[in-house]
Amino acid sequence: MADGVSDATRDDLLRVENLTMRFGGLVAVDKLSFTARRGDITAIIGPNGAGKTTFFNCITGFYKPTEGRIALAHGSEAAFEALPAATFRGKQWTKANGACAVFLLERMPGFEIARLARVARTFQNIRLFAGMTLLENLLVAQHTVLNAASGYTIGGLLGLASFKRAEAAAIDKAAYWLREIGLVDRADDPAGDLPYGAQRRLEIARAMCTDPVLLCLDEPAAGLNPRESHELNALLLKIREEHALSILLIEHDMGVVMQISDRIAVLDYGKKIAEGTPDEIRADPRVIAAYLGVPDDEVEDVGAEVGL
Amino acid sequence: MTDTLQPETSPVTRTLPRGHITADVLKDAGITFVIALLLFGSIVGLRTDTVNGVLVLIPQFGKALALATAVAVGRLLLDVFIWRRMTDGRTFASLIPSALPVLKVAGAVGVTFGLALYSIPGFRASLVAGAGSGHPALGAITDLITFACESTFLVIAAMSIVRAARLVIGQTPDEAVGQGILRRFTADFGREFPIALLLIALALPMLTAGPSQRYAIDTATQILIYVMLGWGLNIVVGLAGLLDLGYVAFYAVGAYTYALISTQFGWSFWVCLPLAGFFAALWGITLGFPVLRLRGDYLAIVTMAFGEIIRIVLLNWQSLTGGPNGINRIPKLTFFGLPFERTGDGTFASVFGLKFDPLHRMVFLYYVILALALLTNFITLRLRRLPIGRAWEALREDEIACRSVGINTVTTKLTAFAIGAMFGGFAGSFFAARQGFISPESFTFMESALVLAIVVLGGLGSQLGVVIAAVILIGSAERFRDLEDFRMLIFGLSMVLVMIWRPRGLMSGRTPSAFLNARKNISGSFVKEGRG
Ligand SMILES: Nc1ncnc2c1ncn2[C@@H]1O[C@H](COP(=O)(O)OP(=O)(O)OP(=O)(O)O)[C@@H](O)[C@H]1O
Ligand SMILES: [Mg+2]
Repeated sequence: MADGVSDATRDDLLRVENLTMRFGGLVAVDKLSFTARRGDITAIIGPNGAGKTTFFNCITGFYKPTEGRIALAHGSEAAFEALPAATFRGKQWTKANGACAVFLLERMPGFEIARLARVARTFQNIRLFAGMTLLENLLVAQHTVLNAASGYTIGGLLGLASFKRAEAAAIDKAAYWLREIGLVDRADDPAGDLPYGAQRRLEIARAMCTDPVLLCLDEPAAGLNPRESHELNALLLKIREEHALSILLIEHDMGVVMQISDRIAVLDYGKKIAEGTPDEIRADPRVIAAYLGVPDDEVEDVGAEVGL
Repeated sequence: MTDTLQPETSPVTRTLPRGHITADVLKDAGITFVIALLLFGSIVGLRTDTVNGVLVLIPQFGKALALATAVAVGRLLLDVFIWRRMTDGRTFASLIPSALPVLKVAGAVGVTFGLALYSIPGFRASLVAGAGSGHPALGAITDLITFACESTFLVIAAMSIVRAARLVIGQTPDEAVGQGILRRFTADFGREFPIALLLIALALPMLTAGPSQRYAIDTATQILIYVMLGWGLNIVVGLAGLLDLGYVAFYAVGAYTYALISTQFGWSFWVCLPLAGFFAALWGITLGFPVLRLRGDYLAIVTMAFGEIIRIVLLNWQSLTGGPNGINRIPKLTFFGLPFERTGDGTFASVFGLKFDPLHRMVFLYYVILALALLTNFITLRLRRLPIGRAWEALREDEIACRSVGINTVTTKLTAFAIGAMFGGFAGSFFAARQGFISPESFTFMESALVLAIVVLGGLGSQLGVVIAAVILIGSAERFRDLEDFRMLIFGLSMVLVMIWRPRGLMSGRTPSAFLNARKNISGSFVKEGRG
């Protein structure tokens, strides 16, 4: 999807510079610089242990990176102009002109990244609230809005009408997302009772209920059958169109990756070894080498052997 | 080779023709009895004690005999109902449905018996005394049976009243049409049973009469204190999933707050109550901060230590708390300023023109703790439906997922600690006002363990479960006071049994806090216990 028109209108949303994450002696992410554009589906691929999940954990505040800067712009790319000043003053985020704001994610605690910077995520090993119903899962995701509407509990205890309205709206929104993922009939069943594929979709719906600008999906197609991953593609494309959303996608299923992503970044041993459109990536010898586990200079031979 | 195949037999299951069973089972039980007697004879039957500095041997063969009999009977029952099979492979337990009519008749007789007992107050006493003259144990058993019959009768009567009231206002549970009478009666058990319990609780002082009245009200007050503590701890352990073994600390803070303020400044109970709650909540937050990063077992150990720290501080801060002597002459509760005194002007009795009766004060205390407990329950139920309550439960289910949807886990944990502690503080100041005397001895680790046992036995997160567990644990502890030696044994045994049969407590599962189409209860197997 490298057509010039959409490229021109798509500005940068996320800029990652020099990101390094060390676990003792192990460098899981190594001086990674990376950009994702607003409105794109950007895929991150790489062999097992390449550091993809670690990269996500840094973006969403679950790990504090050892080094580097992760900046996210709300509004437009122009917000990045405030970045040097904000970095210098030690701020977590700053408003730029208009509705723009820039967030330095590596400085913010995880829950504020979700709440203020509006980055939502799913997990490689599904993390739902298993003992709560589907509806409750989606209501918990709207905690920030609801908690404020309940007057931080006091108003809710007194039964304010404004809280009742906010709650009804939250239930409507949850019902909307349950319809989107085709699980509205099971709204009142516990999330732990769902089949695997449905749990993955519910996790996406829960992330969407937080009103994100950036949605990070960690292997959403893992464990899905071909029909389900086809439906997942359609769902992702649809919510991207309808909700002005950008998506970061970690995925091993090349069917999903090649079909829906606008750009792909390839990680290997924590380093970015390639970046480009799906077509470029498919043809890149370094990517093939990383996946086959051979040094660069032998790619030609091995490629010939396996018939590439 | 197929014709030589043996029929499958498990090690304990034996298939016998009907006639053999009696002899076989009796032999088995006899052997068990002898072995148990040998074991218990030496362990329980002979007790050493020091009398005037001399070691003496006290024989207790009666107890040993009773225990051995109990074991043999247990073996007999297991044998007959579970292990032995008849030639057609069925167990005796499978015959129970055909015994159902008999059981029904027995149930009806029991309830009628309960009615009779209930309407003639002296009946039970004479019955128990009569049986007790044969053997004290017989008296105790008779007492237990008559008590069970009476309680059953009361519950059934209360449930009938609730059902009647619902029919009058035009609410019929839809399942109630066209089935057996028992089915119809219990059709809406989940909704009607709590209301029936509430009715009984409200009417309790009127329901009892005669010599047992004071005892009953006192025990009920005691139970309600624990219900309230259980409900408070349920917020922390059941909802937020934070295992707290030092809950008694908040109880102590509440008790000492009231005791100190009322004795030093003479403030009334109702002014001190919010203060006690406030200080307990403050302590809850103070405790919460350092343990925020701890999970599971580590959290349990540290909270337990905090509970002990409070007790030891109370014990050693002589100048403020009186140390081991405690605090004496704590002002008692007054009826809106009217004291419950025997003599003097402006006492409760003189103003209302009644004859002085210590019962007045007890009944008043009972209603105060009932109101406090109901307030706790009301607030907890409301909180569960608010974002904060949902965040607590989400925290119990998965803390990391909570952070990913923007929930501040620090403040969420702290509010759970604070609100749970606040209710503990309320209960504490009530305790001080009722007792009139407190000392650190009332706030040992055993109390924390007992309250936690109530929550766990009832079923984590279940409000009704806490009530049932408190009635069972505290009520039976009171009733079996004479059996002091065996009380803890029975307590431990029943906990073990419950954990085997109902590992998630008596009332497992949870009610969703919101629903789209229909409210369905969630089975306990999906609900997590929380890892701190
Ligand atoms: N918390 C941690 N402590 C120590 N090492 C870690 C930690 N998290 C990740 N690692 C290591 O960092 C490396 C990258 O792991 P990561 O989970 O990011 O890989 P991945 O690309 O997501 O792999 P996969 O495709 O299998 O999910 C691995 O070697 C892993 O063992
Ligand atoms: Mg991963």
